[in-house]
Amino acid sequence: MYDTIIIGAGMSGLAAGIRLAHFNRRVCILERHSAIGGLNSFYRQGGRDFDVGLHAVTNYTPKGTRRGPLARLLRQLRLAWDELSLSPQVGSSIAFPGVKLKFSNNFELFRSEVVRAFPAQKDNLQKLVDELADYEQLGRGDTDRSARKIVSSFIDDPLLVEMIFCPLLFYGGAREHDMDFGQFSIMFRAIFLEGLARPLTGVRLILKRLVKRFKDLGGELRLRTGVDRIVVKDDNVEKVVLEDGSELEAGNVLSSAGWVETMRMCDDIEKADVQETGTLSFIESISVLDTLPQSLGHDRTIVFFNDSEKFAYEKPQGLADARSGVICSPNNFVYGEPLEEGIMRITSLANYDRWAELDQESYRLAKLRWYDRLVDSAVRFVPDFRSRVIETDMFTPTTIRRFTGHHNGAVYGAPKKRYDGRTHLDNLYICGTDQGFVGIIGTLVSGISIANKYLLKE
Amino acid sequence: MTADDIREAVVEILSDIAPDEDLSGLKEEVPFRDQLELDSMDFLDIVMELRKQYRIQIPEEDYPELASMKSTVAYLEPVMKDIEK
Repeated sequence: MYDTIIIGAGMSGLAAGIRLAHFNRRVCILERHSAIGGLNSFYRQGGRDFDVGLHAVTNYTPKGTRRGPLARLLRQLRLAWDELSLSPQVGSSIAFPGVKLKFSNNFELFRSEVVRAFPAQKDNLQKLVDELADYEQLGRGDTDRSARKIVSSFIDDPLLVEMIFCPLLFYGGAREHDMDFGQFSIMFRAIFLEGLARPLTGVRLILKRLVKRFKDLGGELRLRTGVDRIVVKDDNVEKVVLEDGSELEAGNVLSSAGWVETMRMCDDIEKADVQETGTLSFIESISVLDTLPQSLGHDRTIVFFNDSEKFAYEKPQGLADARSGVICSPNNFVYGEPLEEGIMRITSLANYDRWAELDQESYRLAKLRWYDRLVDSAVRFVPDFRSRVIETDMFTPTTIRRFTGHHNGAVYGAPKKRYDGRTHLDNLYICGTDQGFVGIIGTLVSGISIANKYLLKE
Repeated sequence: MTADDIREAVVEILSDIAPDEDLSGLKEEVPFRDQLELDSMDFLDIVMELRKQYRIQIPEEDYPELASMKSTVAYLEPVMKDIEK
């Protein structure tokens, strides 16, 4: 009998697990896969390490910062700043036809770029920044207000509005075109006012540190242990039945599997409403180079690009949409020592259904074709690296589905978030992407806050 | 535990919560909130650590007593006097 069973060993499940184990709760994390991480995972292929998911940690603040989500979660998880080994970005940009805006972890650069390219918007940008509320506790991001409407009421140049939304939607938009203004405030802060960073060895470093902490505190982690169903009795979870047929009991269950995905496990729910799942997924091409991007003249950490004045953040009709994308070079962070090889990752919107219906051979061919299309599209905005590629890989919406279990391979989960973390059952809670905020820091805070709110009460 | 022992125990808890802070210059009368920018989640953690480590219960209405080191020690002294160090 456990105090709490946690479903999923991603960032949020591990963070919640650490909190519970730290305060002497008997806690077990069940992970369906042989690998931890969920949406932010990693794999090894051809002797190389690859990351899935995360390009960068958002909400970066330098050592010694006491405010903001990063500082708060370090205190909550009892971590020293150095333990996450975060290196800040060199600098990123947003590239639209004829206009490029650079930004870095110092907001003044972005401000001066906006003033340079859109002189008339100088005061409007400041008014927008003043309007951003301080969602300090990261408890709620829903204000039921359209961010586009509010931002457009301050910034009256539609192109600048598109350029501001482009990175925020790519890095956290769970619905098409728009987001809630509360969530916009949080994302704007996370990306423009705070900033981007990455550990030298990628996300695996953070995950390994969290797992070690969890286990050192006496927490139990079971890999290759999928949940078949949650047995419900009298508005409570009675027990959890695993895929191998064995049963576990716990006072509480905390699921990071996603809202609909969790509802489907409950044996009292006939049919979960699939309408509530997200529809936005991505493909990513990964190119390993025989040289470093800097030597090709590319020093940007991330380039968010869009090849027309209007940014269409929507589920593509075809397999994917190469008109816009995110180009990440993991090399371009300020590390103590450089990465051994040059890497370019290009991410674009994709359609889960179209990828899922392909047979094996068509899937293989589609991956090859879309690798070329993504790279061809991206080299319009960064130096042409095609002749220096020595190894490639691709992940698709079906890969994301496999790693996360998210319906539709929806990276940022359901458009409707469940901020209070509660379900129809008294002792079943949810955390992670469908509860609160996206990004590594957001999802860690999600696990922490739900654990604090419900599972650490006497 | 004496007042000094309690002070030491609180510093121990604070250094656990905020390992990057240099607590050697901690001022007795300035609220933790102002010195370390601790928030409500951190104050709850101080309460939970005291419960975990010393099995003392602090009722919610008494949380304001934990504002600064001076007020914390004054509040905890009678509560913890019978606890062996």
